[in-house]
Amino acid sequence: MDATMDKMGGGTVQPLDKTKGTGAVSDPIFVGLLWASGIFVLVLLGLIIAELFQGGLPALQHFGLEFLWSPAWNPVTEKYGALVMIYGTLFSAIIAVIVALPLSFGIAFFLTEIAPQALKRPIGVAIQLLAAVPSIIYGMWGFFVIVPLMAAYVQPPLIATLGQVPLIGFLFQGPPLGSGMFTAGLILAVMILPFITAMFVETLESVPPMLKESAYGVGGTTYEVYKNVSVPYGRTAMVGAIMLGLGRALGETMAVTFVIGNANRLSASLFAPGATIASTIANEFPEAPIGSLKLTSLLQLGFILFVISFIVLALSRALVRSKLD
Amino acid sequence: MTSAVDPTFNLASAVGAKPDAPPAPSKIKVENLQFYYGQNHALKNINFEIPEKRVTAMIGPSGCGKSTLLRVFNRMYDLYPGQRAEGHVMLDGVNVVGKELDPTIVRTRIGMVFQKPTPFPMTIYDNIAFGVRLHERLNKAQMDERVEWCLRKAAIWDETKDRLNTSALGMSGGQQQRLCIARTIAVRPEVILLDEPTSALDPISTSKIEDLIDELKRDFTIVIVTHNMQQAARCADITAFFYLGELIEVAPSDVIFTNPKEIKTRDYITGRFG
Repeated sequence: MDATMDKMGGGTVQPLDKTKGTGAVSDPIFVGLLWASGIFVLVLLGLIIAELFQGGLPALQHFGLEFLWSPAWNPVTEKYGALVMIYGTLFSAIIAVIVALPLSFGIAFFLTEIAPQALKRPIGVAIQLLAAVPSIIYGMWGFFVIVPLMAAYVQPPLIATLGQVPLIGFLFQGPPLGSGMFTAGLILAVMILPFITAMFVETLESVPPMLKESAYGVGGTTYEVYKNVSVPYGRTAMVGAIMLGLGRALGETMAVTFVIGNANRLSASLFAPGATIASTIANEFPEAPIGSLKLTSLLQLGFILFVISFIVLALSRALVRSKLD
Repeated sequence: MTSAVDPTFNLASAVGAKPDAPPAPSKIKVENLQFYYGQNHALKNINFEIPEKRVTAMIGPSGCGKSTLLRVFNRMYDLYPGQRAEGHVMLDGVNVVGKELDPTIVRTRIGMVFQKPTPFPMTIYDNIAFGVRLHERLNKAQMDERVEWCLRKAAIWDETKDRLNTSALGMSGGQQQRLCIARTIAVRPEVILLDEPTSALDPISTSKIEDLIDELKRDFTIVIVTHNMQQAARCADITAFFYLGELIEVAPSDVIFTNPKEIKTRDYITGRFG
């Protein structure tokens, strides 16, 4: 048996237990590196959370949980609270979603069903480019173009008319400064529009053509098919897309810092200046000495923002993934 | 290729020649129909008639144009740019492929059921009510009545009456397909198009659908596209054989399946190609 094998193969046949494959050394190293890359992400995220939490802990110990709902932010008396910023962050982000949503719906519907082939690409590319504009550019544009326009042409008539209406009047009161919550919301809306639209388009394109055809088949018009079939089919993913847009708006810093007015005051009016967590951190970090109560309060703010974003993002991912019952 | 459709051949009376059936007038008349997918000439000069309240089957190998013809009947091709039809498809004397006719009107008169069940993402009740609400104003009681009527017609009332307000997506495939048929007849069309309605179903569901087709032809004109020749032989009163975009032969089903005139038809039904 051995003799014939030698003759045929022309080489020696080694016993199995002494055989070493070519990858015996390199493969475990490669696999090890892959493991390391995977674990690295977890460690990195864990360290960031731990560092933020530890950095903000002194503020929490000093002020207690009252930090969350105290409206004070006074470097002179060393009284700090997060309420104004949390309110500003949520309020401006919600304005952004409310403004961006109908536009996103319209663009996505137009692109998936109505637009002629020749127009689809230009509009699609333009939306992607909108997402590629750096946020500082939006900030400058907002500050130099939108804020003066708002102060001169938009806010005064709104204050004069809607500001006098009972029940909703409080939303439109105060001096027409141009900057403020509403302007910040508008800029944010432009910034999150591409993301929401892109995900809407993806969702609408995933509606099976046969399902749409059967709705057309019982005599539905374009609008009826959208309202009753396409949107219900993709509603969970669409809510997820909205949450994703909300998540982006919550953490946006530079553009908002330019146009929100940066006032640590609580005001119900859309036109009043305010502050978000991110804009406050960007503004005040340079003036917070190491070891000061202010610095630890800012870190605590950062931790709160992280938690809010995490919740919104987790919710949106769950919704995007979940299929319809 | 010369077509075997003899201009003097009267299909209606041929069908009527069956002992158990009186002569049927034609419901749809296809005249000199051409169809294009962009540059691709998919249907070439089709001429034939579909008799009223009969089942007409369209058979042929993949790509022969039978599904395309079905989609011409209810103007489904209108949804896609680059697809166009020339010629006439006369439904009771009205040209349904004429540009001036609103396709949504055509589709309420000519309903369609697809290869796979396509329940809408809503309740069973709303699946039926959806199409009805688009065209008629009914009060709650009338709508309840309509829903029950068409679910009974589709032989699925007993299985659904206790769960009308649950999602239609929770039904089995065969039930979903019968729901789709119920949904189609809910808007009271005159013609029902069935595009391989059982290709995604198991044998038991298939036979239920076939029984249902037999029932429905009392009230509706039915056109069915199928790959299954036994199905065509079982269900259809007349059968049309298509090949490469042309209508090769149309005749009563028993003639087509026992004594076809054309060699192509015989080769196809005996399984030599396709």
